[in-house]
Amino acid sequence: MDDAGHDPEGGAIERGGVTGSAGPRDEPVWSGLPRGLLRMRRLLLVVWLVPLTVAAALVPGLLAAPGWAVSALLPLGLLLWAWPMLGRNWRSWRYAERADDLLISRGVLWRQETVVPYGRMQLVEVTSGPVERHFGLAGVQLHTAAAATDARIPGLDPAEAERLRDRLTELGEARSAGL
Amino acid sequence: MNTPDKPVNTPDGPVDTPDGPVGTPRGTWSDGPVDTPRGTWSAVPVENAGIAETGVPARAAGAGESVESVDSANSVDSAKSVESVVEHRLHPVTPLRRAWAPVAVLIGWAVHDPDQAQRQLTGLTTTSLLLGLAVILPTAALYGFLTWWFTHFAVTAAELRIRTGLIFRRTAHIRLERIQAVDVTQPLLARVAGVAKLRLDVIGTDKKDELAYLGEAQARALRAELLARAAGFAPGTAQEVGEAPVRRLLHVPAGVLAVSVLLTGATWATLAAALVVPPVLWLATHSLWTVLAAALPLFGAAGASSVGRFVGEYDWTVGESPDGVRIDHGLLDRAHETVPPGRVQTVRIVEPLLWRRRGWVRVELDVAGSSNSVLVPVAPRDIAESVVARVLPGVTVPPSLIRPPRRAGWCVPFWWRGYGLAVTDDVFVARHGLLRRSVALVPHAKVQSVRLEQGPWQRFQGLADVHVDTGANKTVTAHLRDADEAAGLLQAQADRSRTGRREARPDRWMA
Repeated sequence: MDDAGHDPEGGAIERGGVTGSAGPRDEPVWSGLPRGLLRMRRLLLVVWLVPLTVAAALVPGLLAAPGWAVSALLPLGLLLWAWPMLGRNWRSWRYAERADDLLISRGVLWRQETVVPYGRMQLVEVTSGPVERHFGLAGVQLHTAAAATDARIPGLDPAEAERLRDRLTELGEARSAGL
Repeated sequence: MNTPDKPVNTPDGPVDTPDGPVGTPRGTWSDGPVDTPRGTWSAVPVENAGIAETGVPARAAGAGESVESVDSANSVDSAKSVESVVEHRLHPVTPLRRAWAPVAVLIGWAVHDPDQAQRQLTGLTTTSLLLGLAVILPTAALYGFLTWWFTHFAVTAAELRIRTGLIFRRTAHIRLERIQAVDVTQPLLARVAGVAKLRLDVIGTDKKDELAYLGEAQARALRAELLARAAGFAPGTAQEVGEAPVRRLLHVPAGVLAVSVLLTGATWATLAAALVVPPVLWLATHSLWTVLAAALPLFGAAGASSVGRFVGEYDWTVGESPDGVRIDHGLLDRAHETVPPGRVQTVRIVEPLLWRRRGWVRVELDVAGSSNSVLVPVAPRDIAESVVARVLPGVTVPPSLIRPPRRAGWCVPFWWRGYGLAVTDDVFVARHGLLRRSVALVPHAKVQSVRLEQGPWQRFQGLADVHVDTGANKTVTAHLRDADEAAGLLQAQADRSRTGRREARPDRWMA
C-alpha cells in the first residue's frame, strides 16, 4: 500500500505522521481537515441523492410498470458507495507548514503531494460559500506564478484559515522572490 | 514624416553629454564579458542624435497634456528625476494602420458572404458608391487619427506607461524590473515604412500593450533605454548608456535551415494531408465547396509548416550582450527579441528522429509572458549546448540521464525507455520521447512548486511522477521514478528551489 515511503494512510493523521526519507530537514507536522467538512459533504450527498432515489423509484414505478422502480437502485448504490469514499477522501487530506514551505497531501487512489515554497506565493485566497459558512468552513487556495500549482485546502475552520492566510502572507513577504 | 516627439532632454549631439565624454559609458558595462569588434559605442549616441535632429518641436510634459493622476501616484519618481514624465506619441504612420480596421471589416464581410456582396455591388450606383466612400474614408481617417492622438507613452525611472483611450481611458503601467523580454518586430509593410513595434513582455500584458508603431531608430533607442533602466543604471544616465554591445553566438545558414525543415515529419504530414484529403473528399461528395473548405486550411497548414517556418526562421542569429540574449530572425517580417539575464524559465533541447543522424537539435526556451519559444531552430548538438550554457550561465547539459526502473514498462510499455532524469547543482533535467527526444532543463531558482503524483497502478508498481512547475506555465515531469526516489526527490527539489533563488542574479542585473 504505502510504497511511496510516506506516512501511513488513514487513521491517525491529526499529528505526527513521519516521512520516511525526508532527510535532515524539519519533520512536517501534519494537520488534517476539520470534521465539519466531511459532515458537509455527506449532507450534500444525501440532499442530492435521497430525493433522486425517491424520484427514480416513484416516477417510472407509477408511470410504467412497478418493476421499473428498480432504477432507484442506481442512485441508492451511488449513495452507499460514496458515503465511505467521502470519508476516505477526507482522511487523506492533510497539510503541514514547515519553516520554508507548505506541504499539501491528498488523494486515496490518485495520490498527490504538493510542495510550495513560501517565497513563490503570489496570492493567498480564502473563500467561503453560503453552505460552507453554515458549517463554519473556509477554503484556502495558494497561487504561484505557475498555473499548474494546485495548492488548495478545501475546508478549514475560518479562524484557522485566517491564521494560515496571515502566516502565509507574512512568510511569503519575508521570503519573497521574483520569477 | 518625422517623429514629432523626441525626448526633450536628449542631448543635441554626442559631444556635450552633461556627465562627461561619450566614450565613458563603455566603462559602465565593464562586467560584461563582451568586447565589441563591431558596433562600437560611439555609434549609438550618434544614432540618438539622429533622432534629435529630425525631430519637430518637442512636446514637454506640461505643454498640453496633463499627467495629473499619474503624477500624483508617482510623485516620488518625478521628484527624483524631472525628465521622467516626458510623454511621447507613436510614429505618425500609426493612424494608417489603424485606419485599416473599417476596411478590414468590409473585406471580411465580402469574403464571408460572396454572393450577398456580389448582389450588393451590382446594385450600387456611382453616386451611392461615392457617397459611401465619402462617409467611410473620413470615418476611418478620424478613427485612426483619434486613436493615434490619444495614445501616449512615457518612460519613468520605474516603469513604462502607456495611456490610451478617448472615451474609455486606460493606462498600463509596466514595471521595468519585471521585464521578461523586449521584442522589436517589423512586419513587412512596417519595414517598407521604416517603423517597428516594440513590446515589453511582462506577465499579464495584453496584445494592446505594445507600442506600434515607432520609428525604427526610435524603437532601437527606446529598447536600449528601457533595458538600461531595467538593468539598474541611474535614471540620469540611462539615455546615454546606449545599446549594449552584442557578440554573435550563432547564425543558422539558410541551407541548413531548409534541410532541417525538409527533415521534419510535420512538414510532410501536412503536405500529404493537403494532397490526399481533397481528392478523397471530391470522390466522396462531388461538392466543390466542401473540397475547397477542406483544402484551403490544409494547404495553409502545409505552407505554414514548411515555407512559413523557413521564412520565419531565416537568418536566425543569436547574440550575447550584457543586456541578455538577443535573437534576430525573419526574411520578410523581422523580429528582434532580447531576453535579459535570469529570465529563462525552461530550456528544452528537442531532437526529432530524422535529425538524429546529422546530430542536429532544436532549442526552445520559455520566458514568462513571451510568445516566442525558439532559441535555436537548428544547430549541431555541441554548438546548441554551448548556447544553452550562455543562456543559463554555468549550466552544462548532463551527458547521460537515468532511466526509470525496468518495471516502468508495465505502466508505459516501450516508451518508458524515453524517460530520463538528472539533477545537477543548477538544473532539474528531465527527458521524454522515444523517437522525438526532448530534454527539458529547469534552473532550480525558477521552480514555483513541486508535486508528486501517483495513480493506483503506479502505486502497485511502486512508481511515481514528479512534476516541477515553472513560472512560464510549463510543467516539467520526471516520469515513473521509483516511489522512494520520487519522495526523496520531492523533498530535495523543494529545498533546492528554495535555496536556488539566493544565488540567482538580482532582477536589475547591472545593479
